[in-house]
Amino acid sequence: MDQLTARELRDKIAQGEIKSQDATQAAFDAIEKTNGNIGAFLQTHKEHALKKAAQIDEKISNGDAVGSLAGLPIAIKDNMCMDVGKTTCASKYLENFHAPYNGGAVEKLNQADAVIIGKCNMDEYAMGSSTENSGLQKTANPWDTARVPGGSSGGSAAAVAAKMCWATLGSDTGGSIRQPASFCGVVGLKPTYGRVSRYGLVAYGSSLDQIGPITKTVGDAGLMLGAIAGYDNRDSTSVPETDAPVLDYLKDLDKPIENLKIGVAKEFFEVDGLDPDVAKSVKEALNLYESMGAKLVDVELPHIKYSVATYYLVATAEASSNLARYDGVHYGHRTADPKDYIDVYSSSREEGFGEEVKRRIMLGTYALSSGYYDAYYLKALKVRNLIRQDFNHAFEKVDCLMSPTAPEVAFKMGDKTDNPLKMYLSDIYTIAVNLAGMPGISIPCGLNSNNLPIGLQIISPNFTEDKLLRIANMFESKTDHHTRFPAR
Amino acid sequence: MSHQLTEDQVRKVALLARLNITDEEVKTFTGQLSAILEYVAQLDELDTSNVEPLAHCLPIHNALREDEVRESLTNDQALANAPHRDEEFFAVPKVLGDASA
Repeated sequence: MDQLTARELRDKIAQGEIKSQDATQAAFDAIEKTNGNIGAFLQTHKEHALKKAAQIDEKISNGDAVGSLAGLPIAIKDNMCMDVGKTTCASKYLENFHAPYNGGAVEKLNQADAVIIGKCNMDEYAMGSSTENSGLQKTANPWDTARVPGGSSGGSAAAVAAKMCWATLGSDTGGSIRQPASFCGVVGLKPTYGRVSRYGLVAYGSSLDQIGPITKTVGDAGLMLGAIAGYDNRDSTSVPETDAPVLDYLKDLDKPIENLKIGVAKEFFEVDGLDPDVAKSVKEALNLYESMGAKLVDVELPHIKYSVATYYLVATAEASSNLARYDGVHYGHRTADPKDYIDVYSSSREEGFGEEVKRRIMLGTYALSSGYYDAYYLKALKVRNLIRQDFNHAFEKVDCLMSPTAPEVAFKMGDKTDNPLKMYLSDIYTIAVNLAGMPGISIPCGLNSNNLPIGLQIISPNFTEDKLLRIANMFESKTDHHTRFPAR
Repeated sequence: MSHQLTEDQVRKVALLARLNITDEEVKTFTGQLSAILEYVAQLDELDTSNVEPLAHCLPIHNALREDEVRESLTNDQALANAPHRDEEFFAVPKVLGDASA
């Protein structure tokens, strides 16, 4: 059963060939066997999930109408509020937090009749590129357990790569869906900013955060996006469907884009530390597109090299403001014996937050503080505009841009933990896309000589996820990278 | 502008951010944050005097709705995760008379 894609399993469940209860049980069997080595899940909800699966099996056998994900066992990143179990954000601060409500994306999954089996590990508050910043547990890369799965949605990517479930949701603020998908050899889609509701998503960088799927195939990503996309009046950045309708992402998936123009920026191949194996694999992918009739067009993105610097001012400023809500009063951790009321904040936060979270709050607080606001935060917002303009100019000439997803393959645990800046640079290809708002996808495009996956990133204009998925599917239908999974 | 932070600046930022940090963390953060600020200084190369700041990427400015009562959490739900609850209230240590206020 674990050979099936999410779409195939969904169809077999709908046709009564496979029971959702059996698929759900198979997921828990796989978790029992594998999760001890991988650590992808922070919590599982077996009893609840099996009960839900039984209800869906009954609906199907009665011939009742069911949702687009009916009976499919999936998991979500543990920064999405759900009224079952805990919502920890992989933080000691929220270790015992029980969300009293469901977030928008979780509601959509429930409406689509998905079976949510558990919640996945991540970097604390989604701050990191390796899942090593989780305050609760380690996650290993299923391809090589001495290496990181990427981050911050490392648990979500590892769960799919290790076949512990058929699809997951992650969130992406600077690459946190695409980079772990690349490191784990699976598909990761960051939709356009505003496409998926963030109501109930624990906020990190609010002008950048977006929820999206991590899956085995491009078609599975389309299936999941169709289920979770749409307007939500509880998220003020959610885009009304009159402005950008949710599309059927599967209808024309198998139709190639005629006369496809692919933008290739020389800046993408001039990055310091770009692994030659990664560059080679991405160039081979570009050649394959050319052989399918696509045209490669040189484009210039002169400001892209400023993306990481811009991001670490914008995102940390937003984070310092968003995380001010953790006050030791309303929910989460409170220090045992505060000296005074200020110390309720300061000691609760000291004890509950990990080092990277503190570092980013400090950086963001400094960038917003009196006397430095113009030099840092405001300057970064202006450069952000230049970065967006670069993309807009490029999209006047081309349908999409292609680049590596990350400059390298999954690195060894501990390699970058002492040097935050080095860690930040592993998001160099993905970060600009969040700053500019458009959708991006990472698809597997090869293995290096150590049998580690390499990802190809494709970026398209706002709200063209339908086209983006078709472009990605052109590659997937001509290659077998997506059929490769780590040995068990 | 110098991008080197002093330990005193780091202590001040920690106070503003309501984070207690140890002397050892002050040392570590002073070095690390200075290195990051040194890196972001590359933005100074760009002349942005005629560029508008971009706060976020959508042409949405205000999302308004009617000011009407909607279904929301019950008191019990809202208080369920409180670290210290006194019946219908979030309980905190005494605030009045605190000199650090």
